[in-house]
Amino acid sequence: MISSLIIPLVVLFVIIYAIIKKVPVYDTFIEGAKESFDMILKLFPCLLAMIFAVNILTKSNIVANLFGFISFVPNEIIPLIIMRPISGTSSLAILTTIYESFGPDGFIGTLASYIQGTTDTTFYILTLYFGSVGIKKIRYSLWAGLLADLVSITISILFVSFVL
Amino acid sequence: MVNKIWGFFIIIGIIFCLFTDNVDVINNEILNSCKTALDMTFKIFPVMALWLGIAKIAEVSGLLKKLSLKLSGILKFIFPEIPKGHQSLSYISSNIIANMFGLGNAATPFGLKAMQSLQELNTKKDTASRSMITFLVLNTSGVTIIPTTIISLRMMYGSVDPTSIVFPCIIITFTSTFIGLIIDRILARLS
Repeated sequence: MISSLIIPLVVLFVIIYAIIKKVPVYDTFIEGAKESFDMILKLFPCLLAMIFAVNILTKSNIVANLFGFISFVPNEIIPLIIMRPISGTSSLAILTTIYESFGPDGFIGTLASYIQGTTDTTFYILTLYFGSVGIKKIRYSLWAGLLADLVSITISILFVSFVL
Repeated sequence: MVNKIWGFFIIIGIIFCLFTDNVDVINNEILNSCKTALDMTFKIFPVMALWLGIAKIAEVSGLLKKLSLKLSGILKFIFPEIPKGHQSLSYISSNIIANMFGLGNAATPFGLKAMQSLQELNTKKDTASRSMITFLVLNTSGVTIIPTTIISLRMMYGSVDPTSIVFPCIIITFTSTFIGLIIDRILARLS
């Protein structure tokens, strides 16, 4: 399928382009890969904190009891939807707990992958970007951002339900 | 925001377990989450390192820059308020390209530069301009071509075909970005 071709083709293209431009590909690769140490050190505490909190919440079954009335959205996905606009690492942690309980390939696993892949951390981006230039009146931007997330989630659900 | 929600998750979870006589679950989960977090970190790490290496090559060879130049042509339609050739367009396109490659950390500095540059065009300095909000919508609807982290997580949990989500994600992300931009225009008219 097309999906399995995209990554090899991107890698091939990047390397060929770099060799034509006379970039020392090996050295550059190593330099880039080194940056992952920093990222992983920052990531671990956030992951631990969130996996801890989300596991307690989901295993207590309260979500299923409380949100059972929203039949359009599967219960298992609700913690992901709540956390996704707020924090990237947290939603990643929730995604892990979903994969662990339901596997990555079923209805729930695929839906969670789509939602994580097609939305972003609206609150975080809003705070960071507007904060950096001193904007205080954000007008309709929060609504626009959250509606865009909601559209992504809705299309993801439709896509998994009808195409998978 | 995160602080409140994090505390809220734990408090609600434990109290509910106490009421439903399920305390053993909590004891298990406290130990389990440490193991899961460590497993996950070790398994994402190599994939992340690999992808950051490839991305560095794309950056140093000037490929990212070249793609950004191509994109700024399209951006004229999405940001009609920005004058032609303004530098904010190139920052915005660099930000989008970095996001497409799944490089959240590389995208943020470009995003901040873009905001500064848009602020120069802004007439009311404490109020968000229309272009700024459009830019945020583009960012929050998450235009990603290669969701690296998700693929590595799927591998780790034994997915039959970890990369099968790539193509659907592209379709979903482009549709929702398109609808998001329409919503943005409608809200801009209303306000």
